Amino acid sequence: MSTSLILLIVLIIGVTAYFVARSRAVASANGKLSTLHSLPGYHGTYAAIWALLPAFAVLCVWLVASPVMIEKTIREALPESVTSQGEAPVQLAVGQVMSVAGGLRLLSGDELAALTNGSANLRETLAAKGVPMASEGEPYLLGTAQEYNDLKDGSQLAMTAAVIVIALAGAVFALRGISAPFRARNRVERVMLGALLLASFIAILTTVGIIGSMLSEAIRFFQSVSPSTFFFGTVWDPRFAAAGSGGAEGQFGLLPLLAGTLYIAFVAMLFAVPVGLFAAIYMAEYARPAVRSIAKPLLEILAGIPTIVYGFFALITVGPFLRDFSAELNGLVTGNYVNFIQAQSVLTAGIVMGIMLIPFVSSLSDDIITQVPRSLRDGSLGLGATRSETIKKVVLPAALPGIVGALLLTASRAVGETMIVVLAAGVAARMQLNPFEAMTTVTVKIVNQLTGDLEFNSPQTLVAFALGITLFAITLCLNIYALYIVRKYREQYE
Amino acid sequence: MNMMSEAAVEKALDQKMNSVPYKMIGKDVSVYYGEKRALFDVNLNVRENTVTALIGPSGCGKSTFLRTLNRMNDTIDNCRVTGKITLDEDDIYDPNIDVVELRARVGMVFQKPNPFPKSIYDNVTYGPKIHGLARTKAEFDQIVELSLQKAGLWNEVKDRLHEPGTGLSGGQQQRLCIARAVAVSPEVILMDEPCSALDPIATAKVEELIHELRANYTIVIVTHSMQQAARVSQRTAMFHLGNLVEENDTDKMFTNPDDQRTQDYIMGRFG
Repeated sequence: MSTSLILLIVLIIGVTAYFVARSRAVASANGKLSTLHSLPGYHGTYAAIWALLPAFAVLCVWLVASPVMIEKTIREALPESVTSQGEAPVQLAVGQVMSVAGGLRLLSGDELAALTNGSANLRETLAAKGVPMASEGEPYLLGTAQEYNDLKDGSQLAMTAAVIVIALAGAVFALRGISAPFRARNRVERVMLGALLLASFIAILTTVGIIGSMLSEAIRFFQSVSPSTFFFGTVWDPRFAAAGSGGAEGQFGLLPLLAGTLYIAFVAMLFAVPVGLFAAIYMAEYARPAVRSIAKPLLEILAGIPTIVYGFFALITVGPFLRDFSAELNGLVTGNYVNFIQAQSVLTAGIVMGIMLIPFVSSLSDDIITQVPRSLRDGSLGLGATRSETIKKVVLPAALPGIVGALLLTASRAVGETMIVVLAAGVAARMQLNPFEAMTTVTVKIVNQLTGDLEFNSPQTLVAFALGITLFAITLCLNIYALYIVRKYREQYE
Repeated sequence: MNMMSEAAVEKALDQKMNSVPYKMIGKDVSVYYGEKRALFDVNLNVRENTVTALIGPSGCGKSTFLRTLNRMNDTIDNCRVTGKITLDEDDIYDPNIDVVELRARVGMVFQKPNPFPKSIYDNVTYGPKIHGLARTKAEFDQIVELSLQKAGLWNEVKDRLHEPGTGLSGGQQQRLCIARAVAVSPEVILMDEPCSALDPIATAKVEELIHELRANYTIVIVTHSMQQAARVSQRTAMFHLGNLVEENDTDKMFTNPDDQRTQDYIMGRFG
């Protein structure tokens, strides 16, 4: 019986258990529903949980464990001539057995009989069914494949029986326990709590897993390149990452990338913060509800644009415009029509990233400004302050810690932003201060090092993980500090 | 001065009440929140150097009326005021009047103490700074000391003027808010249930303060407590469902009101 069919059967048992338990609970109340400790629905859910959860658990374990066990048996069944040759041929043989076993399932009874009495050729028969074989099979192959199939069938049958029996047993156990004073609700809620806990554990464990995998790769990188040359090196020249070339031939200096990252993020914040903040003040303090209800979603649409689209915008519109504009300006002033802003430059990337960040700044700040209690505004207005005096002297100072937190969160986005800088910032890893020249960022270099056909054993590719973990550490610190500030600010008004 | 004679003086003062001139005159004041009408043609005058209490059940419009007196309703969207309110003959809803100047003349103390998240000193100097009432540090120091003294808070906070105002107790915070209002030298002080968030001891202090402030300021106070109205006010106005039911001397109001509804409310039959 196939696994999906088993699932369906268990599900049917669960649903049946739900309704039976419900009606049992109603019956046990003798017409007075208020004598039930829990609502009938809880009794039903309780029975369904007992029918479903243990059965599913067994199913999962079985599905994971049985292939492992079967493979082990097959390995032991392989003839001495194969097992003595080492690990690789054994794996090959096991794979062959499995594919032959899969092919055998496609054959009819007659064909199978012809195979077993040797009148037909295994390779040709299987090829006719669309299962290719690399070579004429060894004689043991047919027998082992059949054994494999038998084992699999047996396991599947046993699993079917076990799961259905467990589902039924769970349902019966739960149904027997149902009575009016039975506290089904508390038990159901405990299971719910467990499910919620599990969900949050999965989220946390994923994060831990990501950090772990990055760390282990980064450590491999640091085994061939010393951390001090990575963190304090001023030259980024990894050479090319030829597969199998190995050896630390390039120079992996983080500083030029870090400088570019921070510089571009700084320029972006320079654009985003004033615009976003003023927009937030207008939205929170001046805009009439009608205006606000239209303008705020419009502004937040900006946040929904994929960053690659911003990248196009930078590459095709903003970059060329700045280049031509600078040439025009230069011509008007000096008569020499040469552009002094590169199409790909810190300025281009910064401006476009700034545009992307505006909605983050404005919507976060707007939330924080509106959180400042109305009583403070009234107090200031009641003393004869104007609206703008109230904003300047009371609302903004009160909201300042929160706004700083919001800006830090935004900054961490700017540091981690990838697509815009890939398209707009350039790839030259330079340390310089001219915003009109191209610079590159950590994220751009991660993309560069990981595009193409790669082997993850040379420092040229492994450096991406070291860069990634550095970036992660920076944004993590920014976020933690921002959350700390925002939380501290929240307490002020409670 | 002993207790007897103080009471006697007060009584004499109260009896002269009818000769005290009006500080603010409200004529046919109506307030609308969008379509909903919250006040119906209220005619209520406020006498100079008098404490006028506004009482009535919740939602009767007493706070709304109070807020029309310094145009705080302007800060509420879709709120509309009709009728005429004058302060010393100036129509306060005249388009030419500067609402900022009006609020400097008619200060306000709110239900919940709302000191700014600044130091005590900065809280008090907030208004004077905005209105340019002082220039030098010495002048500001003087305003702070005087205002805090008037609010009966000086002795408690004089050694920690530069600590945050939000760190004071609830009663102290409310007196700081009163000091803040007094610092602008207003003529009228509006108080919107100033004691409702305070414990009985802090309430007693604030009531005592209101009593003293009466000598220099005209005070209008909204209160839910009948006892408080009786204790602090000389005139009382009773609101019900957006109408002014009765306005009278406080003594008369609480002993022999003209209107049956006032009697019922004071006796606790509704509200």
